[in-house]
Parts: sequence; structure tokens; C-alpha cells
Amino acid sequence: MTGTLKVLTVSIRRGKSWQAFEVPRRESQTVLDVVTFVQRHLDPTLAYRYACRVGMCGSCAMTVNGAPRWTCRTHVDKVAKDGCLEIAPLRNLPVIRDLVTDMVEFFDKWARARGQFRGERKRGDDFARVAPDSEKRKYAEAGIECIGCGVCYSACDVVAWNPDYLGPAALNRAWTLLNDERDSGQAARLRAVAGDAGCHACHTHMSCTERCPKALSPTAGIAGLKRAVAAAALKGEL
Amino acid sequence: MSLRGETRLWIAQRASAAVLALCVLVHLATIIYAVRGGLTGAEILERTRGNATWLAFYSVFVLAVTVHAPIGLRTVVTEWLGWRGRSRDLTLLGFAMLLAWLGMRAVLGVFA
Repeated sequence: MTGTLKVLTVSIRRGKSWQAFEVPRRESQTVLDVVTFVQRHLDPTLAYRYACRVGMCGSCAMTVNGAPRWTCRTHVDKVAKDGCLEIAPLRNLPVIRDLVTDMVEFFDKWARARGQFRGERKRGDDFARVAPDSEKRKYAEAGIECIGCGVCYSACDVVAWNPDYLGPAALNRAWTLLNDERDSGQAARLRAVAGDAGCHACHTHMSCTERCPKALSPTAGIAGLKRAVAAAALKGEL
Repeated sequence: MSLRGETRLWIAQRASAAVLALCVLVHLATIIYAVRGGLTGAEILERTRGNATWLAFYSVFVLAVTVHAPIGLRTVVTEWLGWRGRSRDLTLLGFAMLLAWLGMRAVLGVFA
């Protein structure tokens, strides 16, 4: 903890208004710690969502001082140097209550982008052998650690302007599977991520890459999808 | 519009952007070079009239604009006005034809 600040001023979005709270400042305090303090000690009616608290489950993302972040791994030191925090639900998602958003559409878009693995091998078949240093494996590796937190989706302006757009997370998932040599659903996947709601809608603003808490680059994956879809269209395979 | 059609629009816009990047550079360089000492209208017409290279270059330029601008505008009206469907695409096709007509009219006007 720096300086002599003892109290944080916290504004939390609740429906159409903001509610102010004062929360004791603690060492190594995360934004999730602050929200939890409010709910446990100041207002038990506050609704928010979390599970693992260690940056694995992707359930605690919120808008903190205007930017989407995973709150369990965001230290107050980093985002509230003046002792003020504004906490709101994620953008681009319907709000269920207070800080809790409805993630149904977000994950439905993963399904629409053919985010499911489709293998052909059976139990008795040998293991697939994928060379770790192959180009495709490296591409898949670069995007595979997504935790589905919705931060990129919330940061994306194209999602805000075009609600049909599949969004960075779903397209990143499609890209990792497109580079999975074991997957057999590639033609359908390319069709799923093509068109006005697909990869070609991305303007390469890179807000997703800027905000991804796992330091992934959905923008790079989307660029790969653009090339793959365009190549398929030129070959008449789309 | 079909997925293939939407993808081809994207390809056409990128390809026309590549052509435009070159055309704009040549266009600007030519302007800067040609007007160093000042040019009258008559001097410009003297250089452009009957010049097939000039006609070919600016015809390509106009064609690239005709392809590029309406596709970009299609995205803009979709995202900012929520305008979709056949009415949008037909309107932009009309806009493309207007651009081609106005552009080629200007090109031919100083060539012939």
C-alpha cells in the first residue's frame, strides 16, 4: 500500500444509477476484494459473480474505471491511484442485476462460430501426433488459453455497433480449432465465421488484444480467419 | 447476400485498396511535380488530351474508387444506421454507378 490513504471511494453501477460506498484500503487488495467487502459488510443485496478468485474461471469480469477487467487479478493499486473506483457491469451484454451480466448470447456465439471440437477418431484409434513446432500447433497454442471471461467482447466496438458480430472470443476459439489437425469440421467452421457477422466485420481496432487479461491476441486469430475464409472463397470452397 | 458474396465484397475492397494506394501516390506525385512552376487550364488540357496512358491510369483510378467506396459505405451504414438488406445493397449499387459515371465523365472530359 502506498501513501497514507485509508479509505477507497467506490461507486457501483446499480441499474440506471450509481451507489457510493467507502471501503477500507488494504494491502494487496483486488477489485474483487472491494466488491466482496461491499456485499458482505455494507449492502448484502449487491449482486456480482465470481468463482475461482485466481484468474482461471473467467466469471468475475467487470468494467473498472471505464475499462473491462478481470477483477480478481486486478489490484486496486493499478487502477485507482487517486483512491476512486467506478465499477460497472461488462458492456455489450444484457445486465441481469447490478454487476451480473447475462453471458448466454456470448457463449451462443461460440457455438455459432463452430467452437465445438469435432473429432473422427474412436477410442481404439492411436493418438494423433501433432508436432509441437508445426505452424498450426503454434497458432493454436497462441490462442488456446482463453478463459471465456468476456473482457474482449465487452471491449469490442464492432460488437456494440453490430450485435450479430460473433466477437473476438468466439472467433479466437474458431481459429484455435481451425489449426487443430485432429478436427474434421473445418469446412463448416469456415462458413460459420464468414460473412457480415463473422471475421470480416473486424476493424482491427485491437481493443480485444489490448484488454485480454491472458495477453492473447484475438486480433491475430481473426486476421488468420480472414485469410483462410478469403482463400476458401477464391477457391470456390465456401 | 450469400456468405460467398459478402466474402467477395471484402476481397474486392482490399484489392481495390491496394490499387488505390498506388494510384493516390502516383496522383499526388504527379500533381506536385506538374504544378511546380504553375499550370494554366490550357496547359493541363494540352497534356491530357489524347494521352492514352493518362486515360488508362485515371480510368483504373475511377474504377477502383467505384469498387472501394460503396463497400466501405455499406459497413458504415450498417454499423451506424442499422440499415441492412436488399434496399441498402441496391442503394449502394446505385451509388457505385453514380461514382463511375461522374468519375469517367471527368476523365473523358479532359481526355477528349
